[in-house]
Amino acid sequence: MTALVLLDHEGGQIRKAALSAVAAATKLGDVHVLVTGDAAVVLAAVSIAGVSKVLHAADARYAHDLAEPLAALVASLAGGYDHIVAAAGAFGKNVLPRTAALLDVQPIPDVISIESADTFVRPIYAGNALATVRSSDAKKLLTIRSAAFDPAPAKGGSATVETLPGVDSPEVSRFEGVQLSTSDRPELESARVVVSGGRGMQSEEKFHTLDPLADVLGAALGASRAAVDSGFVPNECQVGQTGKIVAPDLYMAFGISGAIQHLAGMKDSRVIVAVNKDPDAPIFQVADYGVVGDLFEIVPQLVNALKK
Amino acid sequence: MKILVPVKRVVDYNIKPRVKADGSGVETAGVKMSMNPFDEIAVEEAVRLREKGAASEVVVVSVGVQQAQDTLRTALAMGADRAILVLSDESPEPLAVAKVLKKLVDKEEPSLVILGKQAIDDDMNATGQMLAGFLGWGQGTFASKVELAEGRARVSREVDGGTEEVSLSLPAIITADLRLNEPRYASLPNIMKAKKKPLETLQAADLGVDMTPRLTVVSVAEPTERKAGIKLDSVAELVEKLRNEAKVI
Amino acid sequence: MSEPVRESMEFDVVIVGGGPAGLAAAIRLRQLSPEINVCLIEKGSEIGAHIVSGAVIEPRSLTELLPDWRERGAPLNTPVTAEDMLYLTRNSSLRVPMLDRFMPHMANHGNYVVSLGEVCRWLAAQAEELGVEIYPGFAGADVLIEDNRVVGVVTGDMGVGRDGEPGPNYQPGMELRARYTLFGEGCRGSLTKKVMAHYDLRSGVDPQTYGLGIKEVWEIPAEKHRPGLVQHSFGWPMDNNTYGGAWLYHFGENLVSYGFVIGLDYANPWLSPFDEMQRVKLHPAFRKHLEGGRRIAYGARALSEGGLQSLPRLTFPGGALIGDSAGFLNVPKIKGTHTAMKSGMLAAEAVAEALKAERPEPAAFTDKVRRSWLWQELRGARNIRPAFARFGARGGAVYAALDAMLLRGRAPWTLHFQHKDNETLKPASVCAKPDYPKPDGTLTFDRLSSVFLSATNHEEDQPVHLHLRNPSLWKTVNWDVFHAPEARYCPAGVYEVADEETAPRLQINAQNCVHCKTCDIKDPTQNIDWTTPEGGGGPNYPAGM
Repeated sequence: MTALVLLDHEGGQIRKAALSAVAAATKLGDVHVLVTGDAAVVLAAVSIAGVSKVLHAADARYAHDLAEPLAALVASLAGGYDHIVAAAGAFGKNVLPRTAALLDVQPIPDVISIESADTFVRPIYAGNALATVRSSDAKKLLTIRSAAFDPAPAKGGSATVETLPGVDSPEVSRFEGVQLSTSDRPELESARVVVSGGRGMQSEEKFHTLDPLADVLGAALGASRAAVDSGFVPNECQVGQTGKIVAPDLYMAFGISGAIQHLAGMKDSRVIVAVNKDPDAPIFQVADYGVVGDLFEIVPQLVNALKK
Repeated sequence: MKILVPVKRVVDYNIKPRVKADGSGVETAGVKMSMNPFDEIAVEEAVRLREKGAASEVVVVSVGVQQAQDTLRTALAMGADRAILVLSDESPEPLAVAKVLKKLVDKEEPSLVILGKQAIDDDMNATGQMLAGFLGWGQGTFASKVELAEGRARVSREVDGGTEEVSLSLPAIITADLRLNEPRYASLPNIMKAKKKPLETLQAADLGVDMTPRLTVVSVAEPTERKAGIKLDSVAELVEKLRNEAKVI
Repeated sequence: MSEPVRESMEFDVVIVGGGPAGLAAAIRLRQLSPEINVCLIEKGSEIGAHIVSGAVIEPRSLTELLPDWRERGAPLNTPVTAEDMLYLTRNSSLRVPMLDRFMPHMANHGNYVVSLGEVCRWLAAQAEELGVEIYPGFAGADVLIEDNRVVGVVTGDMGVGRDGEPGPNYQPGMELRARYTLFGEGCRGSLTKKVMAHYDLRSGVDPQTYGLGIKEVWEIPAEKHRPGLVQHSFGWPMDNNTYGGAWLYHFGENLVSYGFVIGLDYANPWLSPFDEMQRVKLHPAFRKHLEGGRRIAYGARALSEGGLQSLPRLTFPGGALIGDSAGFLNVPKIKGTHTAMKSGMLAAEAVAEALKAERPEPAAFTDKVRRSWLWQELRGARNIRPAFARFGARGGAVYAALDAMLLRGRAPWTLHFQHKDNETLKPASVCAKPDYPKPDGTLTFDRLSSVFLSATNHEEDQPVHLHLRNPSLWKTVNWDVFHAPEARYCPAGVYEVADEETAPRLQINAQNCVHCKTCDIKDPTQNIDWTTPEGGGGPNYPAGM
């Protein structure tokens, strides 16, 4: 069995999430990847461990990953594959379902576990439940949650390269530009690291204690509802059931007790760190690493240690 | 110009979903149901376009059980002009829904279909893209801004790490993201008026669409709860663990 | 913010509150005359969203209202099949023998264990079929009084920001004008409060006394489930001077309703009704039912316990108070649904007559109540709750048994309530702190994980709906004398003391509020004013509540 992975990239770099999709695909069989854009990406793709062939869609119409031409291309390639896979990001979620319609297949998004060639586990209800589903479609179209699969090593492979001609599709869309976010801080929902504060931050001024830490980690700033209710930070910083749901690689909670409604918003983070002066705070029940102590002493120490 | 807005009836976003004891799914009996929040945004956008004069009619449609007419009434109270209910089983798959919608698009001939980007129950994020695929139309997914001019739709899309601008020829599909707008409250008089707006009911089978699901739900389970990790005595130890054990910094 | 321009609509009758009283009144009105147009508003996001009750209900009123309720599929599916009244000590329990002789009011033969929320949803469907216009998600925020007559209500504004200024989605409330307005807001209704004050409806009656009921729904293993089993307890963990007890009902599909009611005339400011409720589950008599199950819902609501002596004047020009807004609950029976419904039905009859005769006040309501079984029932029960207040739990129980066996409720005397519930707290310094066990996460839980299960939500950007009339009183009275009792009596963790060691202040987490109204009742100086938040806010109780 062979799987085709749509490899998304940005600024000439293959996204880490795409490497996770490759890792997932290797569980299903031989792996080919489809690459749009320039040669630099192709060069990087050939050395991904586990990839045997790189298909290069070099035609200019694929340069901006527009879903309309790309889905037509992927559908035209589908005959040779049992599984078509992409990372569960904006790119994969844009292209893959459209491809699925062209192939008359029900796609399976956000896969977190591959049970067999036709059976997959995926979160539903914002991660409040996990559904195991079996597909009766001849081909399976999946998007992969990157947090669930360690990325395939970027080195170690030696794939062959095949350049693809363009495939006709109606010209119904036009790329007009992209604006990457220029804010110094990443957005809460897509940040790799989130630094969050709670009622224990004590005041709006003291909340800024977290700024240098967020700077050094390149982290987004979050807050518990208690901190928002106390007026320390605006509402859009709120992480929790009634705020934003985040799942970064690293979530650091300072002075957050761990009310269940907060936990609902961050419990899917890969690694959770909690700093709280109350050793019985419920946050420690979900934290991988906990430090009991005064955050106003610990945060500056952390900043110093991380700068080294 | 006509806008079609498909809406879905889902478990209200305030309700914490509960997995049934037999693992067959999530409990929906006796649970408060509401319009999918992303679909509210889609309805709002369509109504605003009509209010601005860019569209002449907003038609809302739902594919599902009889009670989905409450969801359609909510959309009518927000300002949609008429509604179509296509009766089917409780939770049809996006593939089947997109096929039903294709039939309705063929009949209604809208210039724009605006949908929520995903439903908060099955989190599929697929129906809009699939409908676009069936129709061969352009798709502006995850939209945070929509402008109509000269027979095209300019859509700002929320992509990983920023915003992308695309221009679509009409007719086109747009799927709404959170920041597109903030939906209005339906006022009491509008809720009353909505009861009198036309609502047509069709059977999915009569449209000639095969609704048979392609996915079988083997089981549904609660996610395993996180376990408490370890308590550390110093910042140095924490940094060491994060660097060398967890490898997150 | 200046007064907005409000749209207005006219109805014959506006009913505030979609509980059993309001829905029964609405149905009865349309039965009496399909000409009468009836509008019912409900602050919950849907009918049933704010309904909390045990509930074992007596079907008497339902049968009078809709005799064919069985054929119409009313959700009364679990008849009571067995019942126990237990007197608890810390580790054991004593079953009260011959319940129907000693405590005949507690006998439940012919009654049903139901989810009152589901019953209300069903009643609402019947009402809509009869042409009642029902609008959930709209709170009655103010009463319209013109020429000393109530002429309707104003619904709450939507989309007002935390700072009190209209936001981008601002939607001003509407005037719902009516020839008659019925207030069926349940216990301690916020508009009822205004009407009572305006017309001085409580003059000459005993102060109302209240209870707080806290409830959980559990799903238990099928092999343990005994549908129709009803168990009540008194005694531990309440001391002899505190009125309270627990219930446990098996019903539906492997569901158990468990809850605890405590009289809000308790004296110890350290007492926490929530923690009492949690610890009763650890008692062997309750634990054995719940072990191996999982908790699926949580809620709380205050209830009126004053009975007949505390009933206010029921009518005023332009309307009437019905259900627990007036206080029709039968406390010894711990049942208020059949009395609430009956009061709603009688009020509907009085209103229909007044409409025809064009009388400003539906005063016939009071006579109708006096001539009905409702009055007889409340009269027979009138001395039992005050006996507990006066003689303590054991003395009260003995009085109740004597009253039942010898006097059959026809005592020539009437016991009275002497204090309002906010006056009964003793200073924290002279009271002992109960030693509550820590939640174990299996049988017992903390407040916030409980509130989470109530699916409570309020739009965040809105003014705080809990007001301190005089903010400076909090420090000098609530903190210095009583050590912030609101942090303990609130079953939803709304009130928290922040910066306790340095400069204690009250943090109000209004978002958590489950609309139980306890703070409005129990605050020592009645300094907390509960007002309606934006419509649709509050708990979203599922089926089972």
